[in-house]
This record gives sequence, structure tokens and C-alpha cells, in this order.
Amino acid sequence: MNGHPLTMTVPAGAKRRSAPPAWRKPVLMGAPLVLLLVAFLVFPVGQLLALSVYNGQGFTLAPYAQLFASSLYATVLWITLKISLATTLVSVAAAYPIAYLISVAKGPAKSRLIFWVLLSFWTSFLVRAFAWVVILGRNGVINSTLMSLGIIDRPVDLLYGFGAVLVGMVHAMLPLAVMTMLAVMENIDRTLPRAAGTLGARPGTAFWTVYFPLSLPGVAASAIMVFVSAIGFFIVPALLGGRKETMITQLIIDQVQQTLNWGLAGAISVLLLTVVLIVFVLYDRVFGFASLTGESAAVRNRDTAMRRLGGRVLAALGSASDALIGCLPRRRPASGDRPLALAAFVWLLLVLISLPAFLMIPLSFGKGGLAWPPSGFTLQWYEQLLQSPIWMQALWRSIVVAFGTGLLAMAIGVPAAFLMVRGQMRGKGAMLAFILSPIVVPRMIIAVGMFYVFAQMGLVGTILGLVIGHTVVAVPYVVMTMMAVLRNYDTRLDMAAQSLGARPLAALRHVTFPILGAGMLSSFLFAFATSFDELTISLFSSGGLSATLPKQFWDEVTLQVSPVIAAVSTGLLLFVAALIWVADRLRRRSLAN
Amino acid sequence: MSSSSLSIQGLAKRYGAFVALAPTDLVVADGEFLTLLGPSGSGKTTLLSLLAGLVPPDEGSVHIGSDDVTYAPPYERDIGVVFQNYALFPHMTIEENIAFPLKMRKVPAADAKRRAREALEMVHLPHIAGRYPRELSGGQQQRVALARCMVYKPSIILMDEPLGALDKKLREHMQLEIKRLHREMGTTIVYVTHDQEEAMTMSDRICLMNAGRIEQLGTPADLYFRPRSLFVADFLGESNILPAALRTRVGDEVEIALGGGGVAGRALANGTDLAPGTPVRVMVRPQNLTVARRPQNAASPDALEGRVSDVMVTGSLTKVYMEPLDRNLPPLVAAFPTRNDADAVRIDDVLTLSWSGRDAVVIADTASAGAGAGAGAAGAA
Ligand SMILES: Nc1ncnc2c1ncn2[C@@H]1O[C@H](COP(=O)(O)OP(=O)(O)OP(=O)(O)O)[C@@H](O)[C@H]1O
Ligand SMILES: [Mg+2]
Repeated sequence: MNGHPLTMTVPAGAKRRSAPPAWRKPVLMGAPLVLLLVAFLVFPVGQLLALSVYNGQGFTLAPYAQLFASSLYATVLWITLKISLATTLVSVAAAYPIAYLISVAKGPAKSRLIFWVLLSFWTSFLVRAFAWVVILGRNGVINSTLMSLGIIDRPVDLLYGFGAVLVGMVHAMLPLAVMTMLAVMENIDRTLPRAAGTLGARPGTAFWTVYFPLSLPGVAASAIMVFVSAIGFFIVPALLGGRKETMITQLIIDQVQQTLNWGLAGAISVLLLTVVLIVFVLYDRVFGFASLTGESAAVRNRDTAMRRLGGRVLAALGSASDALIGCLPRRRPASGDRPLALAAFVWLLLVLISLPAFLMIPLSFGKGGLAWPPSGFTLQWYEQLLQSPIWMQALWRSIVVAFGTGLLAMAIGVPAAFLMVRGQMRGKGAMLAFILSPIVVPRMIIAVGMFYVFAQMGLVGTILGLVIGHTVVAVPYVVMTMMAVLRNYDTRLDMAAQSLGARPLAALRHVTFPILGAGMLSSFLFAFATSFDELTISLFSSGGLSATLPKQFWDEVTLQVSPVIAAVSTGLLLFVAALIWVADRLRRRSLAN
Repeated sequence: MSSSSLSIQGLAKRYGAFVALAPTDLVVADGEFLTLLGPSGSGKTTLLSLLAGLVPPDEGSVHIGSDDVTYAPPYERDIGVVFQNYALFPHMTIEENIAFPLKMRKVPAADAKRRAREALEMVHLPHIAGRYPRELSGGQQQRVALARCMVYKPSIILMDEPLGALDKKLREHMQLEIKRLHREMGTTIVYVTHDQEEAMTMSDRICLMNAGRIEQLGTPADLYFRPRSLFVADFLGESNILPAALRTRVGDEVEIALGGGGVAGRALANGTDLAPGTPVRVMVRPQNLTVARRPQNAASPDALEGRVSDVMVTGSLTKVYMEPLDRNLPPLVAAFPTRNDADAVRIDDVLTLSWSGRDAVVIADTASAGAGAGAGAAGAA
């Protein structure tokens, strides 16, 4: 045994490399995001809320007295809830068949469906809402068509009413509802409804007693996302609603921009926030927050009366649909789970949600302004647009801000996502809730609070201010997207790479990044697009002079309407379509590698 | 339904241009245990899905008894399916899962509950009725899936690798369980597995599939001892496959010339009817090869001789690997029960190999007629 005794002992001179303290890495990964949110979410919102009880001299409840003195605010709150609720119901009901069809579709059919949903999803809220002004207006698409057909002889008032607001809101929220629901539906095991079939369940019963209950977390998640977004939305009611469809966020804008009554703005914000919190607490009680990130919620209710009742209702629904299906003529079974009628219906919905924005294209080349039908052909609106320094500066500013937001959100969000998925630490649930809070808190409240704080810091009207503001609202999406990607990523691949001799950076470059690349890209684009279409924060924080594109758009449509808007809308539509197309290309290329 | 026999005629399934199942005929008798065996992607699940009505066929027909069920939906077939991944409903308790098929058959709730409990007892899991599937181990979920399938006593049960996820011990236990249930209930079972041992021990007949078609259908012994193709001979167990040329036919046996032609032997014709001189393959299982020391005095010219390249004692069996002295023959392996003198065989010993004509079979050499031709020509010279 005269082998190599030295290999077994540590040479006397060698120092043991001390391991870094265990807390350092998680803190480094999570701290930037936490600091950002504390400084630019918690602090501003806190300030705004404090303003409702503190008027510079001392404690006061005057704003609340004002709030409850007239029935105006209660009425507006009621209208807001009514519109949000109606929007939620219609959006979720319409989103269900779309998401279902996407989840069962395969190959190119699936990509095509997703493309159209994404196109609507990313087409600016402003463009979509404004399209409805053109469609529903007195000289709009519907009125001119009906008149030319001789069905009516005077234009009907379609705009500025509950119906118009509902249509606009549903149109705005439907893509969000589909995407949220889809995350859950994609994870439902396709063999389960088939298994039900082999056990004797007819298609209707299989759907209602097996598939539907499994998709409920998705329905719930999309319902709450739509409801919370709708309750803080002001573009649609402002453009399409009349006096009677004023929503609560519009009151906040009025207080800040016109009466400069910060106390009252704070009090209204408290009211709005309370409603949202109640909704979320109820949601958490019933479904659990975990279902929001696409994980199926744990079943909590064991054997309650509710559950049994639900079971009976679903069974009845199943029998009813089976009876209905039984009346139809029997065909050879179509391939798989995609009845033709469903596909036709879904395509109809997709055409309906895509069409409005496309109407802007012919209008942008027409001589007749925004009246339907377009007449003649001209490029003058595009010329005007390109020659307008205001529009060009706004475009440039928006691109710079969106890039900055994308980069900053990635730099802060990606490490946090790694921490949330891989890290071993307590309080992960609370941390996740905190990270997602910019989505939960109505955007208007964040925007107003931020404006107040930015004004003190001199950040109003600066690119930096806009980048920070947009990053706060974009970073939760980055974290969520990256978490979903990382959860599906097998960490053993990294270890395999390192065991094969790759240094950490090399492993990152050759293994981790090529696999995660697609997810990172879509996170970046998500942040980019969120910023590019952000209006609420920009409305205040861009100041009067340095508008972003959406802010400029908003100013135009609320002050004077010119056909240049149609040209801008067309440009935005093409830009988004190109963006989705490029993203899809890159994703495929990175998958092929 | 009077009879639960299952038959298919010309049944085929394509995905685009890809043939997942070529036109296939198959009859499964009432009460039979038939196993579909084959490599991954050979079309086992496809065939099973067609039987269950989960995917529509492109052509052909399926009959249960005398009923044509080709396009009948699954819920009208009275077929039970145990899915590869169990397919338990995650939002229902175990009891609700098991009672589900009864509920679909409008069995009164109290009755369904009682029968669900009985089914759970049958699989030795009476205590888990109130739990949810994710609260069970893989083996328990497996048994629940079985119970859910058995509870409504379907006349035919299809099982897609039902024991794939279990460890060896539990798998063997469940194999016995399934066999017992099969015996007691007289159900017709079509069973899919990757595991050839499982197929051999459980089945009345095995249907060996390859690339979307049936390679051979027969009893386990048929497939093991009388394979009709090289694929079958190779797929099931260890085998020695030797190139040979036919000489003459003697009853159901044939005389053959091996390798370079010097060595003569016998083998079962195995249903082949080929002209003398045709190159074929001959298969002998390792345990049917007899090894003996070469007589000291003379080398017998027509005996098969080989040089030992390795000896492995695997517990009850001793395996001897040999390189035939005739360079035209591939390496061989012989196996015999381990005896005390197992170490008597040493590497580089030269041994004589022989077999009884009833233990070797001729396989038509369709795959490599060109390679065999050389051996045939040498044998004639
Ligand atoms: N829906 C489908 N679309 C396209 N090809 C399919 C589809 N289903 C199966 N195939 C193909 O058909 C072939 C047979 O598949 P099948 O699932 O029957 O194999 P299998 O014998 O069950 O394999 P395994 O043992 O791996 O389960 C495979 O090559 C598979 O890729
Ligand atoms: Mg299979």
C-alpha cells in the first residue's frame, strides 16, 4: 500500500475556502424587487391613503365626510361594481369556449388560434376602445350599414350607454380572460374525460362532471383577473360611456387633475382598495391564491352540503346536455374532442374581437375622415403623422421607455423568479403575494400615488420616472412568466452540464439559456408591451409635455378627433402583429436548437 | 350481450402519412387473457384505443360478440379501460371515483356506495375511501384504478401497461391479483405490457406487435419456442440465431448445414416449407444447447465446436459464451443449471455443442437473404 497517501490529506498550506453565508444569495436575488416595490408601490400608495386622513396640519376625516355627504360616490361605486361584474360574467363565459378549443387543438391550428388571441391581447386598449367609437358612432359602421340597407332612416344612439361600455369592456378583457383560463386548462389531463367515457359517461356528462370541475380554478382565476382589471379601468367608460356610466377611477382623475383635491382622491382610493381587498379575501377563501399562477388549487372542501349540491347541479347539466346531443342527428365521431360547431363558434368570436382594430386600416387611407364607409384613397394622414414632431417624439419616448422597462424588469424579475422557484426559504407565499400586488392594486391608485411621490422627487416628466413606474406594473408579469418556465425546467440539466465540465457561466450559456431563452424573451416582450401600452401611469407622470404614445393618443381622442388616429392605430396594429410574429419565430428557433 | 368475444377485421389507423396500425385482424375469445407485447411505438396503445372507441379507425371494423361497434362511442361498449397513468379523477374521492361508473349506469346511490366499498376491499384498500387520488401512493392509485374498472363488471377489460409504475415486488403481487380477478370473474382481458416476463406468465396468448402490425400471435410457448420471424426470436428471451442452409426434410424436421457447411444438424421445420438449399436461420435457446468436452482422441468433423470466451454463474444458471471455431458462425451462449463443478469450464476451453432436433427451429430468412446465400453456396461445395 504505497499508493498516494497525499491525496487523502489536505496539504498543510491549503486554506479551506469558506462558504458564503447562506442568506446572502436569496437576499441578493430578492432584494432589488422588494426595494423597488417598497419605494415605488408601498410608499406612494401609502402616501395617497395617508392623504385621506392627513391634510398637512393634522388628522382629519373631512375627505370621508365629503365622500359620504352626497350619494354621488355611492352611486358611482355601485355603477362601477355593476359594470365590472357584468364585464366579468360575459368575458368569462365567452373566454371559456375559446380557451377550451385552444387547449385541445394541436399543431398549426393551435398556433393560429393563439396568434389571434395574442393579437387582440396586445393591441392597445386605446385602439380597441377607439375602434368602438368608430363602429358605434352616429356616422359609424353599424349606423351607416343599417341606413344603407334601409332598415333605419335616422342614426340610432349606440354610443354613450351601458351597452357600449359593456361591449368595449368585454372586448378589452376577453383576451386576458382567455390567457388566464388557458394556463389552467392546458394542465388538465386529457385522458380524464376519455376515461369517463369508457366508464359509461356520455359526452355531456363527461364534460360537466369531470372536465368542468377541473377547469373551475381557471374560471375563477380569470374571473378575478378580469374583475380587478375592470374595476380600475377608465379608458372604456371615458370613451364609450355617458354620464351614467362614470366609473370610480374617473372620479379619482377628476380630483387629481381638476380640483387638485388630494384628500378626496385618497379617500376614494381607500374605498376602491377596500372593495378589491374584500373580493380577494373571498377569492382566497374559496379557491386559494395558488390557482392564480396556474397551479391547481388543493381541494379543501371534503364533504360539504355545497359540494354535494354542486355535484347534483353538474350531473343535471350533464344529463340535460346529453339529452340535447341525443336530439341531434348521429354522426360518425369526429376526430377527438373538437366538434365542428364549437370551432365555428370560436372562430366567430375571434373574428369579432379582432375586427374592430382592423377597421382602422381602411379608415386610415380614406379621405372622408372617420366616417364610415371610407371613401377615396389618400396617404395624407400618414404624412401628417410623420411630419408631426409631437407624435414622433411620443413614439420615440415610448420605445425608449418600453426598452428600459423591459430591461429593468428582467434584471429585477428574473432573479426573483429563480428565488421563488428554486430557493428554500420561509414566507415564499407572502413574498409571492407581495410581488403580485401591483396587479392586485388598481392601477389608478398606483398611478396617482406615484405621481404624488414623483412630484416631490422631481421625476415627473422624466424617462427615468416612467421606466420606474412601468417596471413596477410590468415586473409581476415577468416573475410569473419566468416562474412558469422555471418550474418546467429540469435543474438536473445544469448539474449534468457542470458535471460534464462546464463552468457555471458556460453552463448558463450553452444549456440554461438556450432552454430558457424562449421564456426570457416572452417575459421581456411582456414587459415591453405592458409599458408600450401603459396609459394610467403615463397620464400623470409624463407631465404635460413629455407624452408617451398612449398619452398622446389619449389627449387626441379626448380633445379633438382626427383621422391621424386611424393611421396611428394601423401602425400600432401592424407593430404588434410583427412583434408576435417575431417572438414566435424566435421561440421556434430556440426550441429547434 | 351474449358473448364477450372481441374481433377486429382489417382495422387500421393512420396519423397523416404515418401508419400507426396497418390493417389488422384479431379475434380474442370470450374469457381469454390476451397480451399485446412489443417495443415502444409499435402501436399497442393505438390498437387498445381503437378497441375502446377512444379514437376512430380509418378502416376496418370492430365487433363485440356479434355487434358491430366500430363507430360506437366508448360509453356504449361495456368495455373497461385501465389507463397507463391511472386517470383517476382528481376532484373526486376514491369512493366517488369508484362509484362513478355505477352512477353513470343509474345504480341507486346507496347501492353504488356499498359496491364501491366492496370493490375497495377486493383490492385491499378499504380504509382509503374518503381520500383524494393525490393522497395515495402510486401502487394504491393503481389498485383503485383496477377497482374502478372491476366494480361495474364490464365484459371486456383493456389495460394499458397497468403495472408500469410499480416496483418489482408490488408488480408481482398485482399480477397475481389481476390473474385472480380474471379467473374469478371470467372477464375477457386485453393487456398491454413492455415486460416480456409479465407477458409470458400472465397470458393465454401473446400478440407480439412491431411497427404497427402483428408480428406473431400465439401462446407464450409458441412465441418462445417456435418464433416465426427473427424479430420474435430476438425480442423474447435470449436466443442463438445461426445462419444455415436447408438440406432435406424428414417429417416435421429438416436437416440443415450450418455456417461454412461442415456442421450438420436438425431442426423443426416450424411451418416453413422451403426448397432444399434455401438459406435460413436456425434458432436454439441457450438452455437447449448441450455442451460437452471434446473427445481427447479426435476432432469430429461434423460437430459444432467453440472456444469458451466467458463463463458467468448467475445463481441457478451457468452461462457459457463461446466463439465457434467455424468463423462463419456468430458467438453462441449456452446455459445449464449450475452444478458444483461449475468452475470446471474455463475460458479458452474448446467444447462441443449439440442440440436435439426438436429444440431448434427454422426461421425463414427474409431479412438477410443476401448474407445467407454465401453460407448456402459454401455448403453445396
Ligand atoms: N395522436 C397521434 N398523432 C400522431 N402520431 C401518433 C399519435 N398517437 C400515436 N402516434 C404514433 O403512433 C405510433 C404508435 O403509438 P402507440 O402509442 O400505439 O405506441 P405504443 O406501442 O403504445 O408505444 P409505448 O410502448 O411507448 O406506449 C407511435 O409512433 C406514435 O408516435
Ligand atoms: Mg403505449
